[in-house]
Amino acid sequence: MGKFSIDTAIQRVLDKGDKAFVPYIMAGDGGLDQLESQIRLLANAGATIIELGIPFSDPVADGPTIQAAGQRALTSGVTLKKVLDELKRFKESRDIPIVLMTYINPVFTYGPKRFAEDCEASGVDGVIVPDVPLEESDLVSNALKEHEIAFIRLATLTSTPDRLAKIAEQTEGFLYAVTINGITGVQNRFGDQLGNHLTNIKQQTDKPVFAGFGVSSPEHVRELTAYCDGVIVGSKIVDLLHQGNEEEIQTLIQSAKTAHV
Amino acid sequence: MITTEQPNAQGYYGDFGGRFVPETLMPAVLELEEAYQQAKQDPAFQQELDHYLRQYVGRETPLYYAERLSESLGGPKIYLKREDLNHTGAHKINNALGQALLTKRMGKRKVVAETGAGQHGVATATVCALLDLDCVIFMGKEDIERQKLNVFRMELLGATVKSVDQGSGTLKDAVNEALRYWVSNVTDTHYIIGSVVGPHPFPQIVRDFQRVIGDETKEQIVTQEGRLPDAVVACVGGGSNAMGMFAPFVEEEDVQLYGVEAGGSGIETGKHAATLTGGSAGILHGTLTYLLQDQDGQIQEAHSISAGLDYPGIGPEHSYLHASNRVTYSSITDDEALEALQLLSKTEGILPALESSHAIAYTMKLAESLSSDHTVVACLSGRGDKDVEAVKAHLGGGFHG
Ligand SMILES: Cc1ncc(COP(=O)(O)O)c(C=O)c1O
Repeated sequence: MGKFSIDTAIQRVLDKGDKAFVPYIMAGDGGLDQLESQIRLLANAGATIIELGIPFSDPVADGPTIQAAGQRALTSGVTLKKVLDELKRFKESRDIPIVLMTYINPVFTYGPKRFAEDCEASGVDGVIVPDVPLEESDLVSNALKEHEIAFIRLATLTSTPDRLAKIAEQTEGFLYAVTINGITGVQNRFGDQLGNHLTNIKQQTDKPVFAGFGVSSPEHVRELTAYCDGVIVGSKIVDLLHQGNEEEIQTLIQSAKTAHV
Repeated sequence: MITTEQPNAQGYYGDFGGRFVPETLMPAVLELEEAYQQAKQDPAFQQELDHYLRQYVGRETPLYYAERLSESLGGPKIYLKREDLNHTGAHKINNALGQALLTKRMGKRKVVAETGAGQHGVATATVCALLDLDCVIFMGKEDIERQKLNVFRMELLGATVKSVDQGSGTLKDAVNEALRYWVSNVTDTHYIIGSVVGPHPFPQIVRDFQRVIGDETKEQIVTQEGRLPDAVVACVGGGSNAMGMFAPFVEEEDVQLYGVEAGGSGIETGKHAATLTGGSAGILHGTLTYLLQDQDGQIQEAHSISAGLDYPGIGPEHSYLHASNRVTYSSITDDEALEALQLLSKTEGILPALESSHAIAYTMKLAESLSSDHTVVACLSGRGDKDVEAVKAHLGGGFHG
């Protein structure tokens, strides 16, 4: 459980020579009663880890697609508590690691200690908080550590070398390399320097490095995994899931399997 | 003793403040902090700021003894700090100017800002025209509707105004979009935030640029009355005019300080923007402060007749001054503000902004318990021209035309 199951899942994929694929879905988009089947669908399609978004009223790191998904979830009454309760309900029948992506305020209101406790009880293995930089990480890191839940940090194109070094040192599970200066959303192409940037990050750390933000096609997946260990795909998965397009989800996730060639 | 020498190195005022922003923005936030610390020490920067404040903004603004208003209330002597007489009609330009000069100093040529009432947007568009900076302003759809005149003013000044449809289409949503825009353009763009909110060092920078209000007032009242006032009153949206006014008075323990939030339709109706009266601690727009939120940490919509007070958060230093009981925060309803707006117009020939009318309305209440030996200063943060249409819509019937 916890960060060990993330490490194990990633190692298993990398040992096979494949790259990791982390799909992001918004918890409760389409109804919380769909969560179990959505996770199963993604796991069966070959996902390595599931990143599960907690809806928030003011998601400043997100573009229109995830904003809309969050709004749909909030409208149907989804809360952090309900998501944790639902995850707990089918904890035993799940064998894919779960990482929560949540803004800090729902966690702050819930209480960081209680949050970490309930994450453990619900089988949550890692947490990403996009609006908590290094400077504020004490607010949650101690509680998460106590329950052996991975606190996954983000490195960005703007991170200075000394910040990058700290982020690489502190991240657990994997390092989330943000591919653009921007918010989540489907992106056509990435900046010319991205390859160098990812290579640079890889040189800083032995931990797995996954690229995310804007990744939306099998071509992107292949392009990026040439430089790193895996990808995180948000808006595109949210869109496809909303449309019920299981076939394309399958193709997208499978594109990480042959990426190393 | 409580002073405004806060915040600490991490940007906290007591338990409030901090820097809760995505990593993409952190280097920019740190760069800003350093640029600001250098500018503060640089006499040339202060001189340039001073020059524009005098010659362009029109400072200092008068501290006006409102004799007829005082008489009509039959209590204390009421003084008005006339921030409405600044160029562009509100205190907002004190901060916009300072930050625009900082923008140039950092070698950036582009500015993004949010606006509620449009006053901060107009002030920012104005200083960007003056200093030849590109300017993008985000404004909620609902606010665009109720402040049409200011939208056109910004466009005349050369700014691009972008409508924000998300959420309730008000100030909070405009801040969200401005932050998203800043993340996407951070390498060449500065975010001129309009109040003492956002991640450190913004609350400190905005307070310091607005502090000129309080510094002038303190000197002026001593010149005119020979002593400090008994009470100082200011309206609080994000809290910049109030913080600037209070800053030099915080350590004067004999001066009572009153912050006035927007009570909307009344606190009991749930339709209000009174963050300290009806909110709880949380984290929004980069800072830990009091917020209007539900029990699951979802931010609630604020409600006020005044677009500039229609914000579910408040500057972290206000949360600190509230928690430490140095400042008394209370609220004024839409109806009370409208009444005050009319009274000030009729007794003094001054049409106050709806925001500022909240401070006037509270001053009227305060006057009931004070005598003619007392003096009260109210911050008249802006003029009401922008609100005429909205006021007419509310008052309707009894007026011709
Ligand atoms: C005239 C006036 N007063 C007050 C405010 C509220 O802002 P703050 O609380 O930052 O002074 C505004 C905001 O738009 C304003 O235009």
